[in-house]
Amino acid sequence: MIALLVRDLKLAMRAGGGFGLGLAFFLIVVTLVPFGVGPESALLAVIASGILWLGALLACLLSLDRIFALDWEDGSLDLLATAPLPMEAIVSVKALAHWVTTGLPLVLAAPVFGLLLNLPTNGYKPLILSLILGTPALSVIGTFGAALTVGLKRGGLLLSLLVLPLYVPTLIFGAEVARRGVAGLDNGTPMLMLAGITLGVIALLPFASAAALRVNLR
Amino acid sequence: MGIAVSDLAVARGGIKVLEGVCFALEPGQALVLRGPNGIGKTTLLRTVAGLQPPVSGRVEMAVDNHVYAGHADGLKATLSVEENLSFWAHVFGNKDVSDALSAFQLTSLADRPAGALSAGQKRRLGLARLLVTGRPLWLLDEPTVSLDSDAVAMFAEVIRAHLSRGGAALMATHIDLGIKEASTLDLAPFRAKAPEPDDFDGVFL
Repeated sequence: MIALLVRDLKLAMRAGGGFGLGLAFFLIVVTLVPFGVGPESALLAVIASGILWLGALLACLLSLDRIFALDWEDGSLDLLATAPLPMEAIVSVKALAHWVTTGLPLVLAAPVFGLLLNLPTNGYKPLILSLILGTPALSVIGTFGAALTVGLKRGGLLLSLLVLPLYVPTLIFGAEVARRGVAGLDNGTPMLMLAGITLGVIALLPFASAAALRVNLR
Repeated sequence: MGIAVSDLAVARGGIKVLEGVCFALEPGQALVLRGPNGIGKTTLLRTVAGLQPPVSGRVEMAVDNHVYAGHADGLKATLSVEENLSFWAHVFGNKDVSDALSAFQLTSLADRPAGALSAGQKRRLGLARLLVTGRPLWLLDEPTVSLDSDAVAMFAEVIRAHLSRGGAALMATHIDLGIKEASTLDLAPFRAKAPEPDDFDGVFL
């Protein structure tokens, strides 16, 4: 399992691996917003946390179809399926590798991008906390979508259509944690809901992803 | 340790292609599957490997006993030859890849990215993967594609060594490897017949 994680991280870092693509996309989305809504810093401060969450979500979506598609094309998915690793472990490791290469850099970069959007000072802590709690769910749900659409030609669009509605609860509670933090309100309840969603999908979805993958490999 | 297949029927894309397939393979034996294109050699191998369920019949073998090698080699272009091989070795719980590299004369290419290899070299690397798995039963789908005659001889030598260690191999191939332990199974007699419609309406349903 560790070998698979190390291989996936290595592949992401090497040429054409796509590491940093999500981050660059996040940066561009965040810089485009002030051009769209105008440079009023009071308005930006209100919408900053929501924009950052939306940007992180879209950046995450961008790299989802690579999770299984590349392994499918070169045949390594067939070989992995006949290897001694259980399919549930393979999808969990794949989701973890996706989070480390996409979710984690987004969490680390979010404070810098918050600066671009004039995020109020007291909003940084809840924003980073909510992203740390929420982005693993984005990766796990996305892995499920990737397992459903693996082997389809141009499955990327279908993948987005399948996955985006499933992202709604994470987005609602994640953005709510950050918004309440900015407004100086108590954000314990949405934080617990967000953590609950993340833990729930981590516990359940690998089984669904493994089942979908088995059907698609036939 | 061996494998016994009885009355197996397999389907590709929902259409039954083979039925009534029976064979048994003991340690030290090799079986070559033959038949025209589309007869279902790949489908049979994938079914035996557990990648798809059989329509009917049984495949009896020990769990975690086999390794499958399909048309694609499962190589990552940006990883080096040695990294590709040691990844698979770790997945199967082994470490040492030097024997596998030397068996297929890949030692001098060990640091080269797999994407920079020729088609034949890639295939040799894909076959070297079999050695690092340490599994006794090899399921091979067209293993000699894009190999030159020297490499085919190299591969036959590896198969012979594997059989003498008590391994077994089930392979679909069109060329003669010159392995005397190998028997041949022609799949043409097992071609599935189209089901007879029960009545006139059945043809349209």
